[in-house]
Amino acid sequence: MSNAARTNWLRELIRKPFFWGVIAIFALLALNVLKDPNYLAITVNPVNGNLVGNVIDILRASAPILMIAVGMSLVIATGGIDLSVGSVMAVSGAVAMVFMKDAGQSGSVGVALGAIGLALLVSALLGAINGVLVAYIGLQPFISTLIMMLAGRGIAKVITEGQNTSATNDPFRWIANGFVIGLPVVFLLAIAIVIVVGLVVRRSALGLMIEAIGINPKASRMAGIKPSGLLLTVYILSAVLAGVAGIMSVGTVMTVDVSRTGYQMELDAILAVVIGGTSLAGGKFSIGGAVVGALLIATLDKTIVFLGISSSATPAFKAIVIVVLCLLQSDRVRSWFVQRRKPPQLRPESLPAKPKQEVAA
Amino acid sequence: MTAKDAAARPNVEVRPVVEMTGITVDIDGTTVLHGVDLRLFPGEIHALMGGNGAGKSSLVKALSGAYRIGGGSVRISGEPVVLSGPAEAESVGVAAAFQDVDLCGNLSIAENVMIGHEERRWYGISWPATRRRAVTVLDELGLGDLDPKQAVATLPPAIQQLVAIARAMVTHPKVLVLDEPTSSLDADEVATLFRALRRLRDQGVAILFVSHFLEQVYAISDRITVLRDGYGQGEYPTRELDRAVLISKMIGKDLTELRRIGSDRRAHRADPTGTPLFRAVGVGKRGEFDSTDFEVHRGEVVGLGGLRGSGRSELGQLLAGVERADSGTFQIDGRPVGLPNPAAALRRRVAYASEDRRDGGIIEELSVRENIVLALQAIRGWARPISHAERDALVDRFVESFGIVAPGLDAPAKQLSGGNQQKVLLARWLATRPLLLVLDEPTRGIDIAAKVEIQARVAEMARDGMAVVFISSELDEVVRLSDRIAILKDRRKIGEVSNGPGLSVDTIIEMIAADEEDDA
Repeated sequence: MSNAARTNWLRELIRKPFFWGVIAIFALLALNVLKDPNYLAITVNPVNGNLVGNVIDILRASAPILMIAVGMSLVIATGGIDLSVGSVMAVSGAVAMVFMKDAGQSGSVGVALGAIGLALLVSALLGAINGVLVAYIGLQPFISTLIMMLAGRGIAKVITEGQNTSATNDPFRWIANGFVIGLPVVFLLAIAIVIVVGLVVRRSALGLMIEAIGINPKASRMAGIKPSGLLLTVYILSAVLAGVAGIMSVGTVMTVDVSRTGYQMELDAILAVVIGGTSLAGGKFSIGGAVVGALLIATLDKTIVFLGISSSATPAFKAIVIVVLCLLQSDRVRSWFVQRRKPPQLRPESLPAKPKQEVAA
Repeated sequence: MTAKDAAARPNVEVRPVVEMTGITVDIDGTTVLHGVDLRLFPGEIHALMGGNGAGKSSLVKALSGAYRIGGGSVRISGEPVVLSGPAEAESVGVAAAFQDVDLCGNLSIAENVMIGHEERRWYGISWPATRRRAVTVLDELGLGDLDPKQAVATLPPAIQQLVAIARAMVTHPKVLVLDEPTSSLDADEVATLFRALRRLRDQGVAILFVSHFLEQVYAISDRITVLRDGYGQGEYPTRELDRAVLISKMIGKDLTELRRIGSDRRAHRADPTGTPLFRAVGVGKRGEFDSTDFEVHRGEVVGLGGLRGSGRSELGQLLAGVERADSGTFQIDGRPVGLPNPAAALRRRVAYASEDRRDGGIIEELSVRENIVLALQAIRGWARPISHAERDALVDRFVESFGIVAPGLDAPAKQLSGGNQQKVLLARWLATRPLLLVLDEPTRGIDIAAKVEIQARVAEMARDGMAVVFISSELDEVVRLSDRIAILKDRRKIGEVSNGPGLSVDTIIEMIAADEEDDA
């Protein structure tokens, strides 16, 4: 009995879409340990008491990906996509850097807050443009955000006048490089934001409605849901989170490189969401899954560097890991394995639909 | 039989161009056609009639090669043929133009007409020659003055339909199959189409015309084949088939039997007086439903009686703001209100339960609970979530009173049977405490027990003071439940009757049939 219960529990776990993401993270870590048995070691810096180690580095690197992956998962749940998050990161970083450079006062908290506020405001504005194009004009999300992806880089270049822009501001730098209770601030901040977004989405009816319009827009409309406002909210949220990611990203080196900051991050975000088990067709989404996906992408990035894979082969390595993962998640591939091991099991959803007794007029 | 048919149309040759005998078609193990016969003669327009799920489309698809024929034989001009695909059907002279005009809107008229049959030369396609040939084909339909270079999307719907027919006519087929060619056309456009069809008929083409517009069938067809539930119900010369007889064959009850399915009501209900709860004045939408007035009082069930395609759903959707009316005004309790969309209507406490459970109702991956509270939550807005306690109380109340059977209330709604999904939807609309509920085919496709339960529920809701608009393709159900019946035909309201002891299904059919003079 307890044995059966345990297998059921295990089966449930395996069926969770992000289960294989977790496995993949451990597999990558194991690969690193093979190369260097001390890979997982975490030491305490005797001077300031901060934790130091590869795992800490991974957590730190995962912060911006976490931000955009969570935003992306909401956008994808509505049946859309946001290709502009990488460019919004660059714009946000550019705004913050230029603001702080012009303001000076390297120690001022006020300047840091001003920079952050302005950067997030500009990001929200770009997200609002996306949202209006999708929700009110009726453009396809792919096209609207593709336009923003291209325009965003241009805007960032205009803001910085095409120069890599550096600034010094210690409070701002602390966000990306500081430590609290031994852990990187940037990671704690990212987790806190994820929790807040998760609570807002799941405690209000926002999540329910996002899923409803993603699964069946027509039926949702008939149930009285007005999609426009929801879509606008979701695109703004995605852009603001991308703005946060941009601040985290430029804060590390206190320089914005408009052609590199956030470059191709939209792809990482989409991958993280897919790894987390949210269907690109929209509908049910999992913020926990997106978190797993983001952590996996960060682990993968660091592993590639650690294993010394040449930068030209990096995309191929990343692609292989992700393809394998998607295959493992595929119901069809999994059912092949199941069928090999035992006769096919009838699950309720695989039962043939009841023959409809249509009553003719 | 044959001699009689020939007599019906003197220029009909005795030999049919299409002879389908004992046709059986299976789809996914379900037999949708049981030994159906169909004969088409050259130079005739032959109508195919039947209700929902009668097998009209299946027969049409079998003839045009889209469905595989499981049993029976097909002869074209006396030769046995196997129609294994649309290309084979085309090669023996059967061409089809389907319900949804499947044209490429951004391509030109000539390109659409000639697609797949472009004029080729040694250097490839010769567009001037292709266009010339397109013009020749269009000219045969009386469309010689169209500019072949014009984009199809810029044409009115009727002309698009004719372009689709022209495309089918490129190969000079002996048989032309038209599935619901008039469903999106207005009266003038239908006249244009019919002129073209008569021209083709006079050239000797056999035309199979599938439509649910009764008067159009009487206006254009020479003979009628009737189907019901996948069985053939015979072939009749149009002029010899009385409308009431045709309807009774389509719905499968003979006229005497129909007279017996009367109203359960012992007495006429006192006609309600005072201000109606809901009033629509001159409400209509072009191409959907002719402008009409409509009133419902509190506690009243108004049935919409009519055949398939008479505009029952269209009217229901206009009344509940699902489709935005382009004329007319609405009043609730005498006060003018706007109903531009379902959200606004629900806030005015007007709800519409769609006939299409899967497409317009249940959100399959959401749980039973979420499906039930969805509309109420939508009215409140996302920022004011329904608490779990309130939600569960609400859901439990409906699950108990409706007897909803589910694997679990958190299970996805797609795991429920059709009848239980229907109850979940009913619960969703009732949770918004509507003043007016439009129920579109609430009992379709569900088992008899659930059906009886839902009928009882509708009567109960009306007793509690809710106004109900009840739409069903089963006229006896409409007669049994309604206090008043609005009779619809060909997308307009042709009258209203108050329900009472004298009323039977037959009365409604007579009214629909008697309406012939002022139409078509």
